[in-house]
Amino acid sequence: MEKNIKKVDLIFGKVDYMAIVEQSLKRTRDEIILDVIDSGLRGRGGAGFPTGLKWKFAKNEEADQKYVICNADEGEPGTFKDREILTQVPEKVLAGMALCGYCIGASEGYIYLRGEYNFLLPSLHKHIDEFHKKLKALKFDFTIRICSGSGAYVCGEETALMESMEGKRGEPRNKPPFPTSHGYLGKPTSVNNVETLVFALMIAQEGPEKFKEMGTFDSRGSKVFSVSGDTPTPGIFELELGMTLEQFVEEFGDGDTKAVQVGGASGFCVARKDFKSTLIGFEGIPTGGSMMLFNSSRSMYNILNDYLEFMEEESCGQCTPCRVGCQQLLKGIEAVKKGIKPPSYLEDLQKLSDTMRIASKCGLGQSVPNPFNSIIKNFREEIIY
Amino acid sequence: MSKVKELVKEQADKLGRQRTSLMPILQAVVSAEHYISEEAMEAIAEELDLSTADVFGTASFYTFLDTVPRGKYIIRVCKTITCHMKGKDEIIRTIEGMLKIKLGETTTDKRFSLLQANCLGWCHKGPVMLINDEVYPEVTPEKVTEIINQYLKKG
Repeated sequence: MEKNIKKVDLIFGKVDYMAIVEQSLKRTRDEIILDVIDSGLRGRGGAGFPTGLKWKFAKNEEADQKYVICNADEGEPGTFKDREILTQVPEKVLAGMALCGYCIGASEGYIYLRGEYNFLLPSLHKHIDEFHKKLKALKFDFTIRICSGSGAYVCGEETALMESMEGKRGEPRNKPPFPTSHGYLGKPTSVNNVETLVFALMIAQEGPEKFKEMGTFDSRGSKVFSVSGDTPTPGIFELELGMTLEQFVEEFGDGDTKAVQVGGASGFCVARKDFKSTLIGFEGIPTGGSMMLFNSSRSMYNILNDYLEFMEEESCGQCTPCRVGCQQLLKGIEAVKKGIKPPSYLEDLQKLSDTMRIASKCGLGQSVPNPFNSIIKNFREEIIY
Repeated sequence: MSKVKELVKEQADKLGRQRTSLMPILQAVVSAEHYISEEAMEAIAEELDLSTADVFGTASFYTFLDTVPRGKYIIRVCKTITCHMKGKDEIIRTIEGMLKIKLGETTTDKRFSLLQANCLGWCHKGPVMLINDEVYPEVTPEKVTEIINQYLKKG
């Protein structure tokens, strides 16, 4: 590990989180936000919006009520880091929410926890009760509640998440307006991933420099990776950003890695020949943490089929390109495999997936072309024969 | 007043009658009744001053808010990629054999339902399954036999 990838311990390391909150409350909101902007921290859920800017936009809004939402609707296949963070260092997540609340001027925070993680509820409630007492001692008015999801992948999309919290179908809204001005119940809201909130807390403690020194120009700092598939060491690892896929595979591969799916079902499939030239990060291929390795015993047709089945079931059905597109892509590759359609039909399907990228309303439909086009391009023979 | 109506009223008293209470109320009904009946939806609509269609619209959107009767123990086996690679099909076959039901069905005594679920977030420890809120990672046919036997004894 030491020789090419640097392990980091910002997320899981124990810290005096209340001291960080206390110190931060003595600083101005602008100072902290500037630090977060300066650090280059980008959202760790996958989309990668600059966190400091999000906080600044929410702070600049005038409103009688604002909200902080911690997005713990971790549904991307191959991602399981947020559960681990909420299990091991829940206090740091709560402190990160309070910090965000202070910066944007919100007195209420919500954790939107996916229903699959309901077993975490008792311990989280206990931590929240204790945290509230500690905040009271600091005379800082901030309350955290938990909303449970009920098994819908699309609710990880921030506007769908807020619809769900409002008691509606989890269908994404049109953007703009963005949540920082019109969020939960129409009020300015900052929605941040679990991991992002903890990084923001650590930046408040250590200053932006230490974070900025790590990683690359567009992908600063470190990131928690969820490693699964054909690997001798599956699990959760916090690593410095800026490594190539080749370095990653050297560390985590089983010696026979033929492809890596970077970013889950909505990410890209990279074939062995491109490992060397692929950077993991916003300059190359970004990931919300999901890294799935496949060795040469795996059929890429089965993998693509699984991804498409997943997307087809999880598409909310609101917009036509995504609803119909997912179905047709899935049916299409099945037809090509069975020989009902000629191999050239794959080109037609690629046109359809390109249309989905342009015409779908939210990130779900827009990213279906990522796995589809990359697997078809790299493993065309496996799809046909 | 029927049992489910009482439950809905009690939840509405506790959580308030605004729309934001809809999801928690639906979730409470599911954990008590294992599904949301028409009667429950009508009761919720009345308490929250919504149309029943609106309540159905929300309920039917979510995988975990069942609108068809399910067993007391809902078994959800993860079917997504890594769990598929690590042998979830064998797990399902084992459970089917033990409970004498097919995927998607409920036992006649209304104790078990067997379903598949999309990614449950345990890809490094697949195959994984949920029984209600309880997680069972890294299951094998042997382990799953043991787990189901325990539930069978529970009644």
